[in-house]
Amino acid sequence: MSKRRGIEASAAVAEAVAAANVDVIAAYPITPQTHIVERISEIVADGILDAEFICVESEHSALSACLGSAAVGARTFTATAGQGLELMHEVLYVTASMRLPVVMVVANRALSGPLNVWGDHSDVMAARDCGWIQYFAENAQEVYDLTICAFRIAEDHRCLFPVMVNMDGFHVSHVVEPVELLDRDAVASFLPPNRYPLPLHPDRPVTMGAFAPPVLYTECRTAQEEALRATFPVIKEAWDDFANRFGRRYAPVETYRLDGAECVLVVMGSFAETAAAVIDRLRDAGKPVGLIRLRLWRPFPFAEIRQALSNARIVIVCDRSISYGGPGGPVCSELKAALFGHAHQPRIVSFIAGLGGRDILPEQFASMVDRATEIVERNLPVDYEIIGVRQ
Amino acid sequence: MAKKDFELTWQEIPVGNIVLEPGNAAEYRTGDWRSQRPVVDRSKCVKCGICFSFCPEPCIVKDEEGYYEAELYYCKGCGICAYECPKGAITMVQEEH
Repeated sequence: MSKRRGIEASAAVAEAVAAANVDVIAAYPITPQTHIVERISEIVADGILDAEFICVESEHSALSACLGSAAVGARTFTATAGQGLELMHEVLYVTASMRLPVVMVVANRALSGPLNVWGDHSDVMAARDCGWIQYFAENAQEVYDLTICAFRIAEDHRCLFPVMVNMDGFHVSHVVEPVELLDRDAVASFLPPNRYPLPLHPDRPVTMGAFAPPVLYTECRTAQEEALRATFPVIKEAWDDFANRFGRRYAPVETYRLDGAECVLVVMGSFAETAAAVIDRLRDAGKPVGLIRLRLWRPFPFAEIRQALSNARIVIVCDRSISYGGPGGPVCSELKAALFGHAHQPRIVSFIAGLGGRDILPEQFASMVDRATEIVERNLPVDYEIIGVRQ
Repeated sequence: MAKKDFELTWQEIPVGNIVLEPGNAAEYRTGDWRSQRPVVDRSKCVKCGICFSFCPEPCIVKDEEGYYEAELYYCKGCGICAYECPKGAITMVQEEH
């Protein structure tokens, strides 16, 4: 049914786009996402994928072209990173409010300045509230699988939202790993054809992207928010069906060695794999630690995260971006908001690490556990700490 | 539209805020934005049509006698017609409500 190949994660995304039989790709190359669209352009030029590849002059145009393409009912893909996502910013909101099922892979990158092309989560955090479904892949296989799933989720008539698949720039995007590629028939059985309910068509004119005055805007926004929250079971259903067909299971909140864990690390993105290795080592040394890999970022999995943390005494959240002048890392803020006012109140410690492409080493995860324990037991007045900063 | 826009609940908003009746912008009453309305003094008006040309809405129409009047269903009360009138024939009058 499928073959396993050594392939770069970015090329795996291109293979997923081909396997999903995408109709239109509009993209502008930007590091560290360039390899994705470079490979897609080759696949289209070689005739392997019968699609329209629109070369545009900016990311704002890339997503605008995708918006138009999705509006006529074409299966549509783009990819970007960092500053490119910033340049798309206003169209991100428009795509979501128009409920157009565009799929985008973001190779997460730091934001300028200073100019930095390496990985962190500043770009996606700046796009947090744009109304897209957003989730994270930790390695090449995951980004391949989750890109295919993204089309199914986005185009489902119970959903109809754009989906952003995040993978860490360089740490995932540029790494060659063994990936099990699915054949097109298998993907087609999982991914029905895109049937956008009200596509632009001269025989059935509608107006898309109209304005809403104060008397309507609140109702439009409420409808969008309710609809985004209602996508949660559709996302889970797609992931479960993928698991049943292909054997790889994804969940909004994935837990690792939580049995008896008093101290729980929460990590989003590829560094969760490093953290998992550290958890093994600390468990072997008798420390009651566990790990939560937060996969689904929007809609935020409130109930699942509360359930997963229901026995934790100390929760450590490791963010890869800073909310300047704010309460610490954005993931930590969400987590605190999710637990506030609920019966079980673990102590939550916020660390920021892995900015602008810097590694988070295994010993740093281990030291986070020690430091968090110290902060909690000595009741130190710490809002958050930045790991590994020279001072 | 069966219901007026101010009657729609969020559950009744079409997916993606799509407008299913194209060309219905003509139904949209912009006149209720207005705090002042233009009143023409026909003894001063020379029927030059400058108000008609400058109206950004454009809601000023020519009547059978050749005078220009604003269609108040659309007139936002911006006052550009009064500002541009070379004869000072248009006065902006405060709306009652």
